Amino acid sequence: MSTQKNAQFNVVGERLPRYDGADKVTGKAIFGPDVALPGMLHGFVLRSPHAHARLRSINTSRAEALQGVYAVVTAADLPPAGSTDHRYARDNTFASDKVLYVGHAVAAVAARTQALAEEAARLIEVEYEVLPAVTDVLAAMQDDAPILHEDMRTHSLAGRGEKPSNVASHFQQLKGDPAHGFAEADVIVERECHTATVHQGYIESHAAVATWSDDGVLTVYTTTQGSFAVRDHIVWLLDLPMSQVRVVPTEVGGAFGGKNTSYVDVAAALLARKARRPVKITMPRPDVFLATGPSSGAIFRVKMGAKRDGHITAVQAELFYEAGAYPGSPVGSGATVMFGPYAIPNGQVDGYDVVTNGPRVSSYRAPGGTPGNFAVETLVDELAEKLGMDPIEFRLLNHAHEGDERVDGGTHGSIGGIEVLKAAQACEHYRAPLTGPNQGHGVAHAFWGNWGGRSSCTLSVNGDGSMNLVTSSVDLSGTRTTIAMQAAEALELPPERIRPSVGDTDNTGYADVSAGSRTTYATGIAAIQAAEDVIAQMRARAAALWDVPVENVAYANGVFSAASDLRFTFAELAEQVTGSGGSVSSMANIDAAEWGAGFSTQIADVEVDPETGKVTLLRYTVVQDVGQAVNPTMVEGQMQGGATQGIGWALYEGYAYNEKGQMLNANFLDYKIPTALDVPMIETVIVEVPYPKHPFGVRGVGEPPILPPPAAIANAIYRATGVRPDRLPMTPAHLLEKMGVIGDW
Amino acid sequence: MTNKTLVSATVNGEPVEFFCEPQQSLLECLRDVLGLTGTKEGCNDGNCGACSVLLDGQLVNSCLVLGVEIEGRAVTTVEGLADWHGLHPIQQAFLEADGFQCGFCTPGILIATKALLDREPNPTEEQIRTWLSGNLCRCTGYDKIVRAVQAAACQLNRECEVDA
Repeated sequence: MSTQKNAQFNVVGERLPRYDGADKVTGKAIFGPDVALPGMLHGFVLRSPHAHARLRSINTSRAEALQGVYAVVTAADLPPAGSTDHRYARDNTFASDKVLYVGHAVAAVAARTQALAEEAARLIEVEYEVLPAVTDVLAAMQDDAPILHEDMRTHSLAGRGEKPSNVASHFQQLKGDPAHGFAEADVIVERECHTATVHQGYIESHAAVATWSDDGVLTVYTTTQGSFAVRDHIVWLLDLPMSQVRVVPTEVGGAFGGKNTSYVDVAAALLARKARRPVKITMPRPDVFLATGPSSGAIFRVKMGAKRDGHITAVQAELFYEAGAYPGSPVGSGATVMFGPYAIPNGQVDGYDVVTNGPRVSSYRAPGGTPGNFAVETLVDELAEKLGMDPIEFRLLNHAHEGDERVDGGTHGSIGGIEVLKAAQACEHYRAPLTGPNQGHGVAHAFWGNWGGRSSCTLSVNGDGSMNLVTSSVDLSGTRTTIAMQAAEALELPPERIRPSVGDTDNTGYADVSAGSRTTYATGIAAIQAAEDVIAQMRARAAALWDVPVENVAYANGVFSAASDLRFTFAELAEQVTGSGGSVSSMANIDAAEWGAGFSTQIADVEVDPETGKVTLLRYTVVQDVGQAVNPTMVEGQMQGGATQGIGWALYEGYAYNEKGQMLNANFLDYKIPTALDVPMIETVIVEVPYPKHPFGVRGVGEPPILPPPAAIANAIYRATGVRPDRLPMTPAHLLEKMGVIGDW
Repeated sequence: MTNKTLVSATVNGEPVEFFCEPQQSLLECLRDVLGLTGTKEGCNDGNCGACSVLLDGQLVNSCLVLGVEIEGRAVTTVEGLADWHGLHPIQQAFLEADGFQCGFCTPGILIATKALLDREPNPTEEQIRTWLSGNLCRCTGYDKIVRAVQAAACQLNRECEVDA
């Protein structure tokens, strides 16, 4: 769907092709696994076949003796651990005492070829004492559960627990008087939901090439969302000066939060140092499932109450999030956003971060939010139904406004949630009749906070008036283009004058990871500031050339002028200033402390086969507030892609473990992500409620669209079948069981 | 040391000769021996389609073909789509329709699209989705990919009409 272009802008709002497009359609773009250096060796990581075991011994001598093997490394090659967090990060690089999940790295080999490195890894003798494993969150919380970390005690409001526990922390959010609120309610609904562990499913595996200079400088080429995050991780684990580590980010073949964390960089660096040769490690696909950072499987117990007039009076929720082998699940952000859209007077949310024998979870697009949205928005749908209200009218009646305090204690800033709901209500799809039996229509709504953070942008003026723009913000899906478009807008020049690129940690200012829907927003602000500074410098140079006071030099539409006869186009002045007095460039470094939240409402039409339980998506619409769409085509792409990931979460995706804690589906055949056949065209409605603290009104876009699909589809399934799913993924087996077609599965 | 086999084949219209170990896949040969890194590895087990190439005009996952199997045969990779005149109409269509985001699955999808349009110049949406169901894309939700294929078909048909 097209948007009305905002007349105040020249470049922002245009559907421009991406700067990196030609390289992406010709195979010339260099991704992580494409990097090769002269003399490079190939690394392979030996991983644990056990979900929980004590490491008795590791004997690497036979591997080292194999011809063509240059280095073997283990945890013994890492500097000793300091803090607990450091120990966790160190142990997740190479296990030292215990292995905590199938796929846990034990050792790594560098050899002349990949095949040889794998052969050598098989010669490493590891003696394990196998321990009982636990992969289920509730089982891990039982008193008799196998304990992963003997020194772990639960952190809670009551302080530090006394007994060893797999519950790393328990927090509580409390607003008003929930007991009183539920007493006031005329209708109360509640449900327990179970959601599976899911993976970001980027198609490009993690890959890194490490090389050392003979004076101790380490360079790492890697596929990552944050070159500085990788640098800082390497510095932390290898105890090196920051200036001695250069991280060069490659093009990134999908990330979605999963490449915020470093997995093979330190191993490659250790191997390269020992071998005195460049070493490349590319993770095989099964290792990506087993040993990177998927998103938490979780369990929710949620209760909501409302008065007959439709007003929500109280909510209560317990969230149990699996962290994997080390603490740090996104239960906090899950709790923060789940009730976020609504003005709720009384609420209590308890969150538990629980370690289990699985890979340490990491971020996945709106971390922690999607399963919580499923739990809450299916209940919201049920409340609306029981009150006899239209589901969007019910949400509008209860919607939060700017200044409202949420259950988590935060206060809403400028938000466009109501505008999003109204746009969904107005769109043709919401009113469109279904066309056959066993079909249903569902809707869900979501809030996501987004992020700001630290960004840097350098803009350099060339003698012909063209400019190079360099940021340290890795471009995951088009931000080079959206950042350059904002610079062009601020410069009042055509975007083709600017060539944007992504720099490395040696030649750019610091930036946080490209995550949290922050890059177009925050790095965009840095680009605008650099552009404004370039204009200011150019005005000063024009003033000097013309010998007039700088305040007399005007700049508009790419032209500097003073008095009636003094005039330079940007390019003319650029030619003058680079010829004498030094060239013009500017670096802006920002830390965006405030940012605009996002909302998305989605509408799903489904058909459920009553005999097989198969769900077919007939029609799908994504409505979202993006503040100001910098490039509407790319915004649509984010909305469609995010929703499709949510559709996969809803219907297909989930880690399957056996009783030994081994993952049974670590491949793209058995861990099914949506294919082109599984989704219809994804209709989009872009809503623009400008965020007042960005010069052009931009809000983050990437994360909100992944939140509503499971609930929207579950609510549609309910209307098609009369049963409410309470599991993700909503497999045919789950639906057939709910429908009473089959028994327990 | 393993015995290497000398393989002679045509890759992107040019004759090539290379030594290949018996267990090396065509994907490894293309990327590591011939330096054609445009073809990507996503899974190495035939499930993602990122390594799609044409072998004598037929769409294959190059991770499931051995390097020695291409003896005397012709391979087309993404590097063989563009020519001296510029981008292939399929590449141009993907560029204009924004039919990709990260670009990693793109080479495989472009090759799969070429294979489809070579045999079916006017595919329906259903045919496009079926044909591309072996090529996983995690970024786009496929909408803009399907539209790019439709635009490419349109453009190629126009060129056919002009040629005729």
